[in-house]
Amino acid sequence: MSSEFRNTVRANLAKPEVRANFYRAMDGLMTRRLDQFPDKVELERLRTQSMAIRANALSKLPELLETLEANLTRNGIQVHWAETTDQANQIVLSILQKHNAKSIIKGKSMVSEEMGMNHFLEALGVECLESDLGEFIIQLDGETPSHIIMPAIHKNRIQIAKLFHEKFPDIPYTEDVDELTQTARRILRDKFYAAPVGLSGVNFMVAETGTLCLVENEGNGRMSTTAPSVHIAVTGIEKVVESLLDVPPLLSILTRSATGQPITTYFNMISGPRKPGEKDGPEEVHLVLLDNGRSNIYSDPELLATLRCIRCGACINHCPVYVRIGGHSYGTVYPGPIGSILEPQKAGVDVHGELAQASTLCGACSEVCPVRIPIPSILNRLRYDGVRKDTANTNTVGSGKRRTLSEAATWKTWAWAATHPTIYHAGSTLATHFKGMLPTNLGAWTTVRSAPKLAESTLHQQVKHLGVDHE
Amino acid sequence: MTTKPDTIYFFGTCLVDLMYPQAGVSAMQLIQRAGVKVIFPPAQTCCGQPAWNSGYRDEARSVARAQIALFPKPIPIVIPSGSCAGMMKVHYPELFAGQPDEAQAVDVASRVFELTEFLVDVLQIELQDLGEPVTVAVHTSCSARREMGVADKIESLLGQLSNVQRVEHARKPECCGFGGTFAVKEPEISAAMVLDKVTHIRNTGVDRLISQECGCLMNIGGVMAKQGDAIPHQHIAEFLWERTGGNAV
Ligand code: SF4
Repeated sequence: MSSEFRNTVRANLAKPEVRANFYRAMDGLMTRRLDQFPDKVELERLRTQSMAIRANALSKLPELLETLEANLTRNGIQVHWAETTDQANQIVLSILQKHNAKSIIKGKSMVSEEMGMNHFLEALGVECLESDLGEFIIQLDGETPSHIIMPAIHKNRIQIAKLFHEKFPDIPYTEDVDELTQTARRILRDKFYAAPVGLSGVNFMVAETGTLCLVENEGNGRMSTTAPSVHIAVTGIEKVVESLLDVPPLLSILTRSATGQPITTYFNMISGPRKPGEKDGPEEVHLVLLDNGRSNIYSDPELLATLRCIRCGACINHCPVYVRIGGHSYGTVYPGPIGSILEPQKAGVDVHGELAQASTLCGACSEVCPVRIPIPSILNRLRYDGVRKDTANTNTVGSGKRRTLSEAATWKTWAWAATHPTIYHAGSTLATHFKGMLPTNLGAWTTVRSAPKLAESTLHQQVKHLGVDHE
Repeated sequence: MTTKPDTIYFFGTCLVDLMYPQAGVSAMQLIQRAGVKVIFPPAQTCCGQPAWNSGYRDEARSVARAQIALFPKPIPIVIPSGSCAGMMKVHYPELFAGQPDEAQAVDVASRVFELTEFLVDVLQIELQDLGEPVTVAVHTSCSARREMGVADKIESLLGQLSNVQRVEHARKPECCGFGGTFAVKEPEISAAMVLDKVTHIRNTGVDRLISQECGCLMNIGGVMAKQGDAIPHQHIAEFLWERTGGNAV
């Protein structure tokens, strides 16, 4: 079987340098996370608490969003609702037009990637400048993020040094990480002061107080949200929590799960535009709340858990499939386990359902997920939705469209044999008797493995001589 | 159900039936030697997992329903495989939710034990090592490790054997890339995973590879055989039976 996904996977598996970059990086991240949780009992307690906080928020999502909007508005933040990514882009555009802005400085935001915002705005002549170092690097190279937390993780130091040298030939070549970072900083500093509009994502929105929380390490998020006179935040509707007290546990487990840091360098709480007499901050703050399929996910009790995600990326870091194929293979904005459950739900199982197949269901993802999302169960459900017949019983987009006559017939035959023991056992007895005649080339299986060897006789035959009750 | 029962059901799994019958035989003999009667319902076929994991729930349910009917008595059901045990224990209740026979499915699920879990927690088996010194690497399946949470049981069984030295390998908890139909549907990714796993195991220089999962053994063993110079691999039941003088009985 050949598909776009399969072809990309094949190509990426054949790039040893990229594979080595991922292997090294993910190994480091797994160790750093482990070091942050020396006490297993404490970790499990915190996971349960975090899951409950997110589940509580989702259980009253419509109500909390209303409270959030009321409190944000009271604080002077302008709230915009977008059902589609296109609407979200139009909202951003209209704000830019109002201010006659020709450029925008961005903090890191996966939702803006989801919107394809840079592409959209650049086609209209607006310059979008990524200020997060990782995003800056991949933007220089004309790429998309390969990870939700570390967008340029697929590149190593030397590749980045070469890229900088190629793009900024005036600056002396260096492989020193600090110097490279300083170079990026210098270039970005000037842009911050010049940009009329800054854009950022949001990690948590607090309904009770109307506060936007932003977690980051480099200070670029803070710059993008304070230096320009207009700040636009874009985020998914699910990022709301009920109260301010919900934030500390989530923040603590987020940073530790993501990068193995006890806390990040910056934690921004944005509660409104600059007030009279204040020395800094934007004059206008906007929040764009994007749905893009989320309310459809919300409507299914089994799939709802997907929306608990706090985008820590731990599932990605621990995924044995992701570490081998890399983030770009997925062909989606969100890669890895979270991408494999989120993307088929957003775009439809007919479009991205193959991602749900590309998992051994090993469970490494759900083992580390700080909000206990049962990722393997959701993958299994999406596989079902892809091929199910009773499509009227599910809201999943594209359900039933992956069902093929031949596959359905295979499973039907299998089920028929496995419910008729006489036939099933006659088949296995025959197989063991005539095993010499079985093919030794089993396609993909035997590319790296020998053909499986059938035993001389089946367990069913041997059990008769064992003195066990078998009749 | 942690008191020692008089009788148990044994579910052999389709892979054990066809490829590794000795694992099933040894498992039953270990249980019998501990004074427990074994019932092996002959009409058993497959737990239904392949269809369940492929999204064919109706087909999985009809096969599962046929198995459920084979275990009517309120006694443990012992399975020499983490993934088939996981299917019955964890997924039968999901598969039968809202069905007329949900209660039977839940009852069967509640009686399921993975073999090593049963030997350690229920039988509290005591082993005496009669074998030559040997070094082994252990591979626990992901379902035994995460779904069933029994990864430590195989270790504690091997720990009882005085002449067996366990050697750890890199990235031990990582999946071997089998994943049932995954190995067929995503052959390239599966190959990348199992090749790494084999390298890590080979790097230990052990004499033998032990697991409680025949799927993983077939996957890892298949690569080793193709590469030549395969490290002998065995199901834990067969290994335990052999080391404790089973064949002499
Ligand atoms: S699914 Fe869980 S582990 Fe993965 S990014 Fe979301 S919160 Fe983190």
